[in-house]
Amino acid sequence: MKRYSSFAIVREAFRNHSGWKRAWASPIPKKKYDVVIVGAGGHGLATAYYLGKNHGITNVAVLEKGWLGGGNTGRNTTIIRSNYLQDPSAAIYEKSRSLYEHLSQDLNYNLMFSPRGVMMLAQTEHEVRGYKRTAMANALQGVPTEYISPEKVKDLCPIINLSGPRYPVLGALWQARGGTARHDAVAWGYARKCSEMGMHILQQKEVTSIISKNGKIGGVGTNSGDILCDKLCIVVAGHSGALAEMGGFRLPLESVALQALVSEPIKPVMDVVVMANTVHGYMSQSDKGEMVIGGGADGYNNYTQRGSFQHIEETVRSLIETFPMVSRLKMLRQWGGIVDMTGDRSPIISKTPLENCFINCGWGTGGFKAIPGSGWATAEMIANGEAGPLASPFSLNRFKEGRFIDESVAAGVAH
Amino acid sequence: MLLLNCPYCNLSCEETEFLAGGQAHIKRQSIDSSDQEFESYLFARKNPKGVHIERWQHLYGCGKWFHVARSTVTLEIFGSYSAQTLSPPKKIRANINKKLPEWHWENSK
Amino acid sequence: MSSRVPGHGSLVNSSNPVKFKFNGKELKGFQGDTLASALLANNQVLIGRSFKYHRPRGFVASGVEEPNGLFGLGEGNSFEPNARATTTELFDGLVSCSQNHWPSLEFDIGYVNNYLSSLLPAGFYYKTFMHPRPAWKYIFEPIIRKSAGLGKPTKGKDPDKYEHFYAYVDVLVVGGGISGLYSAKIAAKSGARVLLIEQTPHFGGQASVDKPLIDQGPITKLMAKLINELQGMNNVTIRARTVGVGVYDHGYSLAYERLIDHESNLSGPRHRLWKIRAKQIITATGAIERPLSFANNDVPGVMLASAVRNYLTNYGVSIGDRTVVVTNNDDAYRTAISLRNSGLSVPLIIDSRPNGAGELAKTARDLGIRIENGKAVSIVHGKDRVKGISLCDQVGSGTVLEEISCDAVAMSGGWSPVVNLWSHCGGKLSWDNELSAFRPKTEFPPTGVNGQGCLSVVGSANGDLLIDDLLRVTHEVTVRVIKELGLKTNEKPLSATKEIKENLISAVWKMPYGASTKLKSKTWLDFQNDVKVIDVELAAQEGFESVEHAKRYTTLGMATDQGKLSNINGLAILSESLHKDIPSVGTTTFRPPYTPISMGSIAGEARGELFQPIRKTPMHDWHDKHGAEWEPVGQWLRPFCYVEGVESVEQAVSREVMACRNKVGVLDASTLGKIMVRGKDSGKFLDMIYTNLMSNLKPGKCRYGLICSENGFLIDDGVVARIDENSYICHTTSGGAENIYSMMEEWLQTEWWDFEVYVTNVTEQFSQITVVGGNARRVLDKLGFVKIDSDSLPFMGWVDEKVLGVCVRVYRISFSGELSFEISVPSNKGLYLWDEILLSGQEFGITPYGTEALHVMRAEKGFIMIGDETDGTVIPQDLGLDWALSKKKDDYIGKRAHQRSNMSNPERWKLVGLESTDGSVIPEGAYAIGLGENEVGQKVTIGRVTSTYYSPSLKKGIALGLVAHGPDRLGEIIQFPTLTNSIVEAKIVSPVFYDPDGLKQNV
Repeated sequence: MKRYSSFAIVREAFRNHSGWKRAWASPIPKKKYDVVIVGAGGHGLATAYYLGKNHGITNVAVLEKGWLGGGNTGRNTTIIRSNYLQDPSAAIYEKSRSLYEHLSQDLNYNLMFSPRGVMMLAQTEHEVRGYKRTAMANALQGVPTEYISPEKVKDLCPIINLSGPRYPVLGALWQARGGTARHDAVAWGYARKCSEMGMHILQQKEVTSIISKNGKIGGVGTNSGDILCDKLCIVVAGHSGALAEMGGFRLPLESVALQALVSEPIKPVMDVVVMANTVHGYMSQSDKGEMVIGGGADGYNNYTQRGSFQHIEETVRSLIETFPMVSRLKMLRQWGGIVDMTGDRSPIISKTPLENCFINCGWGTGGFKAIPGSGWATAEMIANGEAGPLASPFSLNRFKEGRFIDESVAAGVAH
Repeated sequence: MLLLNCPYCNLSCEETEFLAGGQAHIKRQSIDSSDQEFESYLFARKNPKGVHIERWQHLYGCGKWFHVARSTVTLEIFGSYSAQTLSPPKKIRANINKKLPEWHWENSK
Repeated sequence: MSSRVPGHGSLVNSSNPVKFKFNGKELKGFQGDTLASALLANNQVLIGRSFKYHRPRGFVASGVEEPNGLFGLGEGNSFEPNARATTTELFDGLVSCSQNHWPSLEFDIGYVNNYLSSLLPAGFYYKTFMHPRPAWKYIFEPIIRKSAGLGKPTKGKDPDKYEHFYAYVDVLVVGGGISGLYSAKIAAKSGARVLLIEQTPHFGGQASVDKPLIDQGPITKLMAKLINELQGMNNVTIRARTVGVGVYDHGYSLAYERLIDHESNLSGPRHRLWKIRAKQIITATGAIERPLSFANNDVPGVMLASAVRNYLTNYGVSIGDRTVVVTNNDDAYRTAISLRNSGLSVPLIIDSRPNGAGELAKTARDLGIRIENGKAVSIVHGKDRVKGISLCDQVGSGTVLEEISCDAVAMSGGWSPVVNLWSHCGGKLSWDNELSAFRPKTEFPPTGVNGQGCLSVVGSANGDLLIDDLLRVTHEVTVRVIKELGLKTNEKPLSATKEIKENLISAVWKMPYGASTKLKSKTWLDFQNDVKVIDVELAAQEGFESVEHAKRYTTLGMATDQGKLSNINGLAILSESLHKDIPSVGTTTFRPPYTPISMGSIAGEARGELFQPIRKTPMHDWHDKHGAEWEPVGQWLRPFCYVEGVESVEQAVSREVMACRNKVGVLDASTLGKIMVRGKDSGKFLDMIYTNLMSNLKPGKCRYGLICSENGFLIDDGVVARIDENSYICHTTSGGAENIYSMMEEWLQTEWWDFEVYVTNVTEQFSQITVVGGNARRVLDKLGFVKIDSDSLPFMGWVDEKVLGVCVRVYRISFSGELSFEISVPSNKGLYLWDEILLSGQEFGITPYGTEALHVMRAEKGFIMIGDETDGTVIPQDLGLDWALSKKKDDYIGKRAHQRSNMSNPERWKLVGLESTDGSVIPEGAYAIGLGENEVGQKVTIGRVTSTYYSPSLKKGIALGLVAHGPDRLGEIIQFPTLTNSIVEAKIVSPVFYDPDGLKQNV
């Protein structure tokens, strides 16, 4: 496959770009693979990529019932940060964030990772304490963050109204190396490299059954025939429950709609990502100029990729309090995604009751930022048959043992 | 934005008046349950693409909890009924079966 | 040039000129103009720049679909970017400016991108800007960000107001054209409550421009009559300037009304967001004309044929003197005929169909207009303005047959029904080959609460472009809807039997069919985002085969018009490149809003002081007057402390603490949760809710209780008082009252519905005043309390008293370690008693204190605070509260959870006191480090600080914390790194720092 570069673009410009090849192949499926991954979203593709890159396993198929990257990978607010409180979360999200730093070069695909900095506003005394604690924890976890003053907040983001009136800004947790990336490009970049390594990405291939014998995985049935494999990994976010049921086990998951919206594009006014958890709103400005705004999740199970309007209302209301200039902007588009929430709101990277069947799910509202780290850890688990240090705290067993990874304890629960 | 019918007020109201409470008809497990049973009780929620029987509270109304049968795919509501029951009443089941003949309460347990 | 045409313009009042500003120039228009028509009347054809190549842009359309005509409106804090000129009504004093250029509209440096366009194909940015790595953040991205974006940002606080309306109707009709008016009338006549909304200021839609022939007389007359009738009916509400923007689940609809944008001197709310519950929705949202894809179709002066006609008929504005019409359907002939009839020149109608048009072709020919069938535009000439076109065959690659000079091009690629509202909530579409468009698939409508269709489509939005079909189907559909509502109508259908016969459209997705790459690289699909035919083809070539992939890769349809003009054309190019038919490629998802709506309107009235409700205690104003520093606690505001004179907050807190410790203090504890639990099974019930045994509590006594979640974690605490055999008052934390109340209700109603128990949240019904300190009893004695001596009211007891004519209940409980009385009083007497206590306490040195002094004193006593010592991961055992976990009970909420392996793990961190070795205050949130690192390279931690204060009583820093094996390690020193790389050393001590034997509270 051809390397992407400025030279390549100039060369192609002379022949009307007729030389660009498919970014990923559209191969004829084999009967059997070493590893089959169900779900060609960011997490599934990253898992495949690191199976090849770190473990030399390339006889891999990634099955996708729709189009690759068409689920939550392509409908989130693209925030990348790792300023988590609990050690296991900080470890995997920081691994992820640090992989993002070099991912464009690694994949030869410009994902536009932009470490523009992420700040989480402290607007109550409770949040102040929570974020100071997180900054303390992060320092020991090797995650550089700092607790900053309102003046520094204003310096970094001049459009913020510090004074309230209801919730004045008392400070913020600041992660300078957090930021955003182009969400679609993450899926496309991984897909292209996986394809280059000879892996098969099979789109519009829906898994309809899981084939197992004596408690051991054998393969999957699809809408166009069976595909056999030695190992299977299910990476289908909101649809994990349905897949697990085919495998005869249950997951502690519920699928709910999470919404987001963008404004019309304007010239740059905001370089950083701001999250205000007291009022449940977060905002950044995309390279196109749109203000990208994340809202709340519905309280009920839902597969419609739509949500209830009151969440949009609450989010916009909050943002106008914090950013008064938002009021005269216009909402261009709103949408919803289906997120899979676990009992403790932390993900699951785990073996399952079925031998050689693995699962990666439950990223809830925070999956995008975790893609590289999650893929890295999941690939390690699949290759070795056991979870490594990054993944092991996220096993399914934790729910039985009462060993939760609860991030809502610091004030921040949103992503 | 859902419209829900509170069976106590017999009123159809906006979703914003209600609080969603998740899966209904969960049998409480306590001291004599195994780890597995207790884990399932707390966390193993049904997450069907289809009919979901769930709890709602008329939070900004009468305050009563009740149950609703709702499709998670079309969001169609098949009816609401008292929370003080162990299974969906016949009328609700019949309503569901009119649309989805395959559906059985027993299977969905 | 574009100019005003005398004697035309049904919507403008030429006797009423208005002045407005554009880019600093003063221009003139007429009342009734849009900003777009007024600019065109002033020959302002160049009006903006495109997003990527900064190409010159002119108006393409005359309505909401306009992709180019976006302007900055207004000044200062009232500035609005990206306002669509085609929907902006002109008024005297309007100030506008064009966008996205530097240094000027006429000379834009960014136009250099146009010459580099071959280097900037679709998705080029994914393939480059990667090296060196930091260059993206520091060089490339800032350049891209600067050149992207459209309008200038808004500034500061919005001076305008916004509001929400709630409407409940039988039928919502969206769209006030002929089908909307007709449908609304049928519905209204049947007695249904009808809301009819129209996005423009005028009713009538395209029919008022084209005036189709109907059997019942002139259509304009009919429409005027319909409007008149509707306005006279009590069951009908009509709103112009109101656009239907979204349909949500269960038929919840949003409409967006603009109230004062169209005049300079109107007051009142700027925008109104309507939240509509209609039993049935009928959308009559019309259709939008599609552009044709030929080379340089983006040059200013190339416009939709219908728009050319609308500007002429509605505003009396001609786009050019010589207009070439190019079309694949009959409708555009109307434009040619209108232009000719107004005395303007139409050198040529280019019809891509070999057999051309029906009856309209004859009319055009009769007017002397030349028609070329089977032909196409090869390329448009001109840069900032159309100068001419090259004619070619539609088949073939575009070899020029003839050069034709002209200054405008009117194009028509057919009509796409506006199906947005139908699709927002799941309505399915089908591809209509005859129409070459998607139309609603009526058997799969969006569904309402009962699973039945809740929305129907009429008019051209349904694909009924011919007037006879339109009237018949509108009648049919509305009658059906009326019947579904249980209403009746005997309305006879309107008809148009003498309608002009038209030939079928023939889809043309590229012009000419075999256009060369050179031509295709100049053929625009998305005018605002600069997406061209070759971009979509490149996407297909590179494997972006899904319509969602292609959209995202090329940005087609992602501009502020959301692809109203470009989506179908782009989709057709994609499907052609993939050798598939259009329906199998499918469309992208339609999402609300249909047109952009202001954020202000979404927020509505809830801003500033009204942003969220504030809960205030009866003493709130007193606190405010006496220097309270407020702290939000849930929705409550509580005094953090009361600052006197020039003292600092820290000094105030110390003063308050010392007053309580040495004299007497008073606290407004009214926010404390109070839940009344009554009924014969109350004891049994509370035994399940609390970890403690509550059923054996004696009336007149209090007990401190803990509440865990079923998952075992400590979620709330507070004092429970037994009032009588069958009733208890349960105190909760201030933030927890609603949750605990709700939790109690849930258990009672869904699990233990056989219990005879009633719970009531009486938090707001009673004020609570805490009098604390050695002098507390004296203060109350003086007021006339008689039962508060230590025999009548021992520690952890309560009594009822009547004092100063007020019934009060006094609890002898203490969260400070001092002698303390909590006096509960009906809220309407709260302030009165507060005042009296302060007055009585004056001679004893009474001092009001806030939440911070409360926290300091409880920390000095080692009492835990929910939210500080607990965070949702802490169990009572961690806090040394095992004594509160009743061993006598078989069961309580959380008991089973505590038996899980991780809950009894001896490695869990336990509550201890911590004292820094140098007396300083240990930093908040600090973690204690152990040895080395864990397997993922994080420093090993062995504990953390949960509360840390300067103790004025002990004159040193004190802290509570959770430490591994802490209670077994009293006296050991552990290390807390700070954020400044220093280490604070702290000794592990007992968590009770002050009066460990509890002597002070027991006097």
